[in-house]
Amino acid sequence: MEKKLKVAALRDGTVIDHIPADKLFKVVHILHLDTCDNQITLANNLESKKIGLKGLVKIADRALAENETNKLALICPDAKINIIRDFEVVEKRPLILPDEIREVVQCANPNCITNHQPVVTRFIVIKEDEQVRLKCRYCEREVKAEEVKIK
Amino acid sequence: MSNNSLVSISDYSKEEILSILDSAAEFEANPNRKTLDGKVIATLFFEPSTRTRLSFETAVIRLGGSIIGFSDAATSSSSKGETLNDTIHMVSSYADAIVMRHPLEGAARYAAEISPVPIVNAGDGANQHPSQTLLDLYSILKTQGTLENLNICLVGDLKYGRTVHSLIMAMSHFNPTFRFIAPDELKMPEEYKIFCKKHNIKYTESIELHDNFNDADILYMTRVQRERFQDLMEYERVKNVYTLKNEMLEHSKPNLRILHPLPRVTEIDMDVDASEKAYYFQQAQNGLYVRQAIVSKVLDNVPII
Repeated sequence: MEKKLKVAALRDGTVIDHIPADKLFKVVHILHLDTCDNQITLANNLESKKIGLKGLVKIADRALAENETNKLALICPDAKINIIRDFEVVEKRPLILPDEIREVVQCANPNCITNHQPVVTRFIVIKEDEQVRLKCRYCEREVKAEEVKIK
Repeated sequence: MSNNSLVSISDYSKEEILSILDSAAEFEANPNRKTLDGKVIATLFFEPSTRTRLSFETAVIRLGGSIIGFSDAATSSSSKGETLNDTIHMVSSYADAIVMRHPLEGAARYAAEISPVPIVNAGDGANQHPSQTLLDLYSILKTQGTLENLNICLVGDLKYGRTVHSLIMAMSHFNPTFRFIAPDELKMPEEYKIFCKKHNIKYTESIELHDNFNDADILYMTRVQRERFQDLMEYERVKNVYTLKNEMLEHSKPNLRILHPLPRVTEIDMDVDASEKAYYFQQAQNGLYVRQAIVSKVLDNVPII
């Protein structure tokens, strides 16, 4: 019943489901939903068999850009993206981290060139032992994916 | 972008490292050649480093090339707010290669991406300084006759010292055994220990210097910097513990050689200088030949041996 309601209420747009409850407002922040003019529905602390408590975002009439799905893959890699058209789920898109992330992450090293000059940031994604780390292509410092600063 | 740039020691394979060292030996035998006749090399030093700059400039001049550039950002257009992007584009229209020192980490990689001529990284902040690493390797090879299977003790600031980090990466091709000797505050960072484990490199850790390098072939000393310590009394204590004195060499191996990237402050006592095991001044001189080899390689201008 609940599931039907949250999907059916959106005619066209994007549903981001299975966001861990403590990440919902981070998702709001990185997708700049606070300044977005589209209709937005937020829900949090919904019960989920998979992850305990989950959050959910519905954005009407908006598709996510690659940059945005890359950001989501960093902070909530197990969330699911559903593309809705005319009330139907037309695509379920898993979040996959690319081998390189451009632009969206800010280097944590204050002495990195990318924090001082107009340089587009580039991070190499290292997946090792169940852990994801990002290595700045420029200053060569590494940071754990969950600790990255997202622009 | 030019693919010939040298930004990080990890840009070079084992074969490329060995070929640089071979060619450095040729330059040592005969440092004055005219192989770079008509070439212009820019030395852009956005922060001063007299030792490195003079070494690169001498290397170029002894090969018959010419030098343009600046030795301090205050005298360059970057002090007027010009971006690195614009400086590199402007200079690359004059010079055949650019040797660059910059206070920001990653500046050299960025310059190499945008420059149509090769970039040689002469130090980018605390990140990389590959010509130092190659001259360290050349010094080890020259004094030991081989790079394979050596016992190397790294002493001092192993936390922030970029030279020791790069040396570990470069030596990983040659089956070394390391001993890391540092105070707790300046211990080798975890990521380099993980690197060693991944590459099957044996290492031990210790805080004691005294009588702890008797099996070593190379004793690589680094400077313990005052500004790394929050507690200055701790600094005073550590500084004295990590001072190498001549009497401490008594039980060391005859082939032991002492290296130091220089400048030294108190970590090697002056009484060590006269020892035949002291090699740090020759090490600095070796930098000239290695830099001749590097500049020749990035310009595809290695003399035929």
